[in-house]
Amino acid sequence: MSTTTTQTSPADPSALDDRLFLARDNLQALIDLLVAQGHQVIGPKIDQGAIVYTEIQSVDELPRGWTDIQQPGQYRLEKRNDDAYFGFVVGPHSWKRYLFPPITTIAVADQTPQGWEMRGHPGPTPKYAFLGVRACELAAMRVQDRVFLEGPYVDPIYQSRREEAVIIAVNCTQAAATCFCTSMKTGPECQSGFDLALTETAGGFTVVIGSTRGRALAEQLPLRPAVAEEQAAARAGRERAEQQVTKQFDTTDIRDLLLKNLNHPHWADVAERCLSCTNCTMVCPTCFCSSVVDVGDLAGEHVERERRWDSCFNLDFSYMNGGVIRNDVRSRYRQWLTHKLASWIDQFGQSGCVGCGRCITWCPVGIDLTVEVAALRSETAV
Amino acid sequence: MSAKPRLGVFKFASCDGCQLSLLDAEDELLAVAGAVDIAFFPEASSRMEPGPYDVALVEGSITTAHDAERIHEVRRESKFLMTIGACATAGGIQALRNWGDSEEFVRAVYAHPEYIQTLATSTAIADHVKVDFELRGCPINHHQLVEVLASLIAGRKPRTPTHAVCLDCKRKGTVCVTVAQGIACLGPVTQSGCDAICPSYDRGCYGCYGPLKQANPTSLADHLVQLNHPPAQLVPLFRSFNGYAEEFRGVGDGMERRMKDEG
Repeated sequence: MSTTTTQTSPADPSALDDRLFLARDNLQALIDLLVAQGHQVIGPKIDQGAIVYTEIQSVDELPRGWTDIQQPGQYRLEKRNDDAYFGFVVGPHSWKRYLFPPITTIAVADQTPQGWEMRGHPGPTPKYAFLGVRACELAAMRVQDRVFLEGPYVDPIYQSRREEAVIIAVNCTQAAATCFCTSMKTGPECQSGFDLALTETAGGFTVVIGSTRGRALAEQLPLRPAVAEEQAAARAGRERAEQQVTKQFDTTDIRDLLLKNLNHPHWADVAERCLSCTNCTMVCPTCFCSSVVDVGDLAGEHVERERRWDSCFNLDFSYMNGGVIRNDVRSRYRQWLTHKLASWIDQFGQSGCVGCGRCITWCPVGIDLTVEVAALRSETAV
Repeated sequence: MSAKPRLGVFKFASCDGCQLSLLDAEDELLAVAGAVDIAFFPEASSRMEPGPYDVALVEGSITTAHDAERIHEVRRESKFLMTIGACATAGGIQALRNWGDSEEFVRAVYAHPEYIQTLATSTAIADHVKVDFELRGCPINHHQLVEVLASLIAGRKPRTPTHAVCLDCKRKGTVCVTVAQGIACLGPVTQSGCDAICPSYDRGCYGCYGPLKQANPTSLADHLVQLNHPPAQLVPLFRSFNGYAEEFRGVGDGMERRMKDEG
């Protein structure tokens, strides 16, 4: 905060206001600061016809002036009529791929004259800074924290990456047709779990400090006090996002609704359409399943143990001695949905769904879980 | 398996590409040659020893009466018979004849059709003899082939994933070409094996590794029709290298029947 006045002393971390302002031309200073602190900045960038999360070094790489149009099974980029940096919602990637990487070598073993020599293979921990994390994504990180950090077995890979990662959140100022964060009570406004949270307006970004690390960053940024018009514009943008969330998902008694209807005929109806292709679980920012395989060489002298993203939609995923437990698409779709929305609550004390809508957009045949649950609800005798 | 297993590699109707995949496995080839006794592999060596063989790799489909006999000989001489590639596991691209008139093709192509002795169909090895393991792909992935050979040598289960191509796209970070670009892609109904090459070059999957177990190609085809892909283009998409595999055959035939019904 090199240009601060006395009115802009660091805010109370709990105060969600728009007191500070980062001019549009100074966004690069934020990236430069993060890079200077040794962070690899991961942010939104257009690639392969979508806005993905990948390493960026310049604001010129951001999808400035682009937006995403989403519906079940369909995603398209479109030009905006302004040059907003963050005028879109969430795409095919989630931050999960950086905190819980798709393929990780976790151990290696070599045969020696004294027998097998096995050693862990933690590798260096990348020092990420995530730029553009949305409210539903902050919620997803909290869900995965519960899974990876707060149970009896802490995942050291996730833990070290999570501790290092700086979180620069961005409040949504619009919503897609697939968004339902308001139903899951995860957004659209970022409430906590970030270091800094930005709200984009025409001239720049209002800034909220969410942590001591965020305050330290803010002190080195060219921030100035926000003026009333800027604060009003930021507020209006966040309200617009909330109003644009039109998808409603009735979660009343959802745990019992699902778990008491395991033999409901609607599961077979979904199975007629479901491809069991794993896309929903892969794009889901909370799905955490993996399998561990040992990859050996032909001589049988060197083995690498890999952890890879896996999915309950895979036939082999439920293979146990004697056979496959979930031996049809019906039982696999049911497993996914009942875990995500019902037994997750028993297991972790919260829903596994944050309402980001990725599973709806990125299902190749456009299956919408909110529609399926609503159908099951309407076909269920009360 | 005691000592070095004796390996035989046998060719039926095929392009030889799968055998070449083995020869192409430059990094592993010497290790393979050291770990097994290559007793019969005419593509690679003029040394051709008689059976029995511990492991037979069978490439190609059955398209002649002579081959229909010969595959039984191979089976009798082999403890473990593994088919390699789409021809051997599904009939291959040459199974397109199964939807046509092979006699007509022979007359059109050959100056002296009377010299050609061929069956009316191209069929998978498993339609003729018991197959112990099928390695998919057009061509096969040599890493998978080495993995299966390693598993046989070590006496363990081979690790060749059976999930959909989509999982590989997602692990790699490849954006779905169907959802983001509307491209017809067989990835959701095709078994993994190539590490999802085509979608990473903005192409749909051609189904080289054959149908996913419990695949739902009907749902995918219905959806692609809704996305305005003409059935006349979708039928040949399903009817390619693995077109005669049951799941792909069924959906292609169904679409063709509907096209005829609708005139």
